[in-house]
Amino acid sequence: MTSLNLLAMVSIGYVSILFAVAFWADRQALRGRGARFMGSPLIYTLSLSIYCTAWTFYGAVGYAARSGMEYVTIYLGPTLVMIGWWWGLRKLVRVGRSQRISSIADLLSARYGKSNVLAIGVTVLAVIGVTPYIALQLQSITLSVAIFAEADPTRSYNESGMVFWIATGLACFAILFGTRNLNANERHHGVVIAVALEAVVKLIALVAVGIFVVWGLAGGVEQVLARVDRSPIGQWQVDGGRWTAITFLAAAAFVCLPRMFQVMVVENEDERHLRIAAWAFPTYLLLISIFVVPIAAVGLELLPQGANPDLFVLTLPLSQGQNGLAMLSFLGGFSSATSMVIVAAMSLSTMVSNHIVMPIWLRTTDAFGGASVSGDVRSVVLFARRFSIAAIMGLGYAYYQMSGGGAALAAIGLISFSGIAQILPALVGGLFWRGATRAGALAGLFLGFTVWGYTLLLPEVAGGVFSAATLSNGPFGLGWLRPQALFGIEGLDPIVHCVLWSMSLNVAAYAIVSVLSFPSPMERLQGAQFVHVFDHSAGPGGWTGSVAQSEDLMIMSQRILGPDEAQSFFQAALKRQGGPGPLPEPTPTFLEQLERELSASIGAAAAHAMIGQIVSGAAVSVEDLLAVADESAQLLEYSSRLEAQSQELSRTARQLRETNQKLTQLSEQKDAFLSQVSHELRTPMTSVRAFSEILRDEPGLTPQEQRKYASIIHDEALRLTRLLNDLLDLSVLESGAVTLNLSRRSLSDILDHAVASALAGADGPLRVNRAGEAEAVLVETDVDRLSQVFINLIANAQKYCTADSPTLEIAVTETTDQVHVDLRDNGAGIPEDFQAMIFEKFSRVTPERAGGAGLGLAICKEIMRRLGGDVAYLPGDMGAAFRVTLPKQAKIEEIR
Amino acid sequence: MAGRVVLIEDEANIAEAIRFLLSREGWQVDVHEDGSTALSVIEAAAPDLVILDLMLPGKSGMEIIRDIREIEALAHLPVLMLTARGQLKDREMAEKAGVTRFMTKPFSNTEVLAAVRDLNAQARQARDPEAGSAPVTSVRDVG
Repeated sequence: MTSLNLLAMVSIGYVSILFAVAFWADRQALRGRGARFMGSPLIYTLSLSIYCTAWTFYGAVGYAARSGMEYVTIYLGPTLVMIGWWWGLRKLVRVGRSQRISSIADLLSARYGKSNVLAIGVTVLAVIGVTPYIALQLQSITLSVAIFAEADPTRSYNESGMVFWIATGLACFAILFGTRNLNANERHHGVVIAVALEAVVKLIALVAVGIFVVWGLAGGVEQVLARVDRSPIGQWQVDGGRWTAITFLAAAAFVCLPRMFQVMVVENEDERHLRIAAWAFPTYLLLISIFVVPIAAVGLELLPQGANPDLFVLTLPLSQGQNGLAMLSFLGGFSSATSMVIVAAMSLSTMVSNHIVMPIWLRTTDAFGGASVSGDVRSVVLFARRFSIAAIMGLGYAYYQMSGGGAALAAIGLISFSGIAQILPALVGGLFWRGATRAGALAGLFLGFTVWGYTLLLPEVAGGVFSAATLSNGPFGLGWLRPQALFGIEGLDPIVHCVLWSMSLNVAAYAIVSVLSFPSPMERLQGAQFVHVFDHSAGPGGWTGSVAQSEDLMIMSQRILGPDEAQSFFQAALKRQGGPGPLPEPTPTFLEQLERELSASIGAAAAHAMIGQIVSGAAVSVEDLLAVADESAQLLEYSSRLEAQSQELSRTARQLRETNQKLTQLSEQKDAFLSQVSHELRTPMTSVRAFSEILRDEPGLTPQEQRKYASIIHDEALRLTRLLNDLLDLSVLESGAVTLNLSRRSLSDILDHAVASALAGADGPLRVNRAGEAEAVLVETDVDRLSQVFINLIANAQKYCTADSPTLEIAVTETTDQVHVDLRDNGAGIPEDFQAMIFEKFSRVTPERAGGAGLGLAICKEIMRRLGGDVAYLPGDMGAAFRVTLPKQAKIEEIR
Repeated sequence: MAGRVVLIEDEANIAEAIRFLLSREGWQVDVHEDGSTALSVIEAAAPDLVILDLMLPGKSGMEIIRDIREIEALAHLPVLMLTARGQLKDREMAEKAGVTRFMTKPFSNTEVLAAVRDLNAQARQARDPEAGSAPVTSVRDVG
């Protein structure tokens, strides 16, 4: 007789083995060994079998007993996906890796521009859809234990207490192996190995029961077929609508269920495994389903009327006294339930903690000004995961308790599938349609989910939410809104009705809103990354072992840090680790150090992306690229700013140098000028002082001598005065402080005045020949200043002309807007060497004769410049000649 | 006692004043106003003393003093430079070129006369050390 004690012992032993296997696998993975065994396509295929939960393990037989061959649809869906759409799954896996996707919520969020709203929506949907499913697993374990309890009436047991402890144990397992550490790639080797082991156990269990039934009880294949024909199973009609709907739902759930996504995409080691799984997993499904109908048929025949067909797998062997087989069968069912619950809790917790708990935590710590140190965040994330697992398990347990078990749960499987299937349009569309937008995904998901809740979840599960009147007449008497006959379409099976409406409205909303809305740049980029993932990301492979990773890291580091620095960094790390190899193991600590080291050279984002690419084989994501681009852009902008600044600096420096040069030149000119002025002043002063001292000190001077010396003093005093006047005049002209007094006058008048003034009181016999008629030209100018120029030039001729009968010839020529006045004497002229400098201040060609200080021509030049004209020396053989050019209309040069 | 002076000066009035002053002391004064011919005049006259302006037409006083010092016979000829350019660098340059005494214009008559006497006495002493009892009068404070 099987006792509950034995059952408990076997269960605990089995669970211990699972723990040990998971622990061992995790250790091996951590050391980077055993990857070949654990990363095999076989393990991958077996892990996919968490699709087959207790619902399929026990329920398939019950389904067949109640509804005939329809149970096949549950297996048909995934089979069609694996065989017919493995390439789509490959794309999904590639996207998952290249974007470092951690869950299906993460995938949709990433695809639609990192939308957290979408992630929260999917997470909530998944929790609502999966919680009853977890409850179903708990129920199956209870029911199966109850079977053994019936057979052992000597002992009583506390059913709800047991369920509580089972739920707690499963939560512990999921926490222990699902949140061991935060892997960047979210892989959990221990869990996957344990799940694979459980897959083997449940297959062996079901096949063993099947063999026992077919060959032990029925007596061979032919007999079984005959019994099937006799049983009600053979008479069931195929309902095309339901077949299609359920096959579709099974296919959709296979792709969209969080736990399936976890094992299929997140835990995938190598996308090439999909090629093998494409035929291996359908084979597994075939094996596990092939004995369902025989067991159901034989069970219906052999077991008493009213026996629960869901438990035929257990009760058939028990009824035949095959306690060992029953125990194996129990373990199979137990495996199905536990593996599903563990992976489901793990995958849901990832979603809940990443998309709900963490954002809230970050926001509240932000609000309280808390420091988010990275180590701190890490432990917070782990805590959030563990908390989420416990919470999800608690929800499942609570749901189980509230629903009170029973038949209500049996329907949960398909209802759950229908809810989860709402994710499918956004998922598939996201992979293949670049135009899909976040708004579209949100609209489709929301509408599909609402319709599902309205037409299926609430009427079927939460009985009593809708009154009978609402169900038959619609809310508020609106007939077209009847939950199970929307828009007046009646007579459909509730599942078919729900799938039809929810999916078509979902797809329609998704498509229409996507077309009408505009994607953000991030959505565009992510869309392109998803749809063209095979063009962008690295091919399959990678994972060639940690040594290769270290080599790659070394090569990359050498490029970035330079060979010497990289070599010494790796040597130091190796010494710290104390390992044997030539290169350090790529432990998380080492990677963190390396990333910091590289960050200093190439920026944090680039370093993270490069290390991520080598270590996890993940292609650089758009986010990484954008971050790298941002950093580069900042650097570029910074350097171009620097360049601009340095250009500006050098320009300023050049200007300063030029200004300095000019100032130095000016200062030198000023010094030279002052020195000349001083010299010119000292010379007459010397005579004045010398003769005044003679007059004072020498008593015996004759009156003639006295007069002579006094007149020398007088002359020199006049010379000083002239010099000072000239200096002042020049200074006024040069500074522009002079006011010009413009008037119109004929040139002949001005020359009359100038000649008269220049010759007045002069002892020289200078003859001036005027230009006559040509002088009758009107000019607008400052008459006094122009006269001053002429007087100076005539006086010069008078002073310096050495001819016997000095003559000055004045000639006037006109152009359209200018008048030239040439003054030419018949003297020796100015030697060529001096011609260039006669207009300079204090320049004197001949030895002092007329007491000029050498400022006259400089003043003339300055006056003519201000009058808008010029005075220049006319080189030639005949005498000294000056040309005065003046505009007919005053064109007064502006002040400098 | 007094001897012969060659005065190279282009300002006629200044030359007149110096000639008057030195004549009263018994000097024979030859005035010459052109720089380029100054050296030959000095060589020809073989004076006891040269009074030289700096800014001269034809050749500057600085060049003339260099020319003088290159001629062996004139190496110790006392040269008094009188100039309106009184900057320190002019003085330094002139002393380097071999000027015996440097004075700036306008000058005090007594100072010039004192300098001339002084230079003359030094020159005599250099030529005839036994007769070196002639007093060296310093009249620097004057003026």
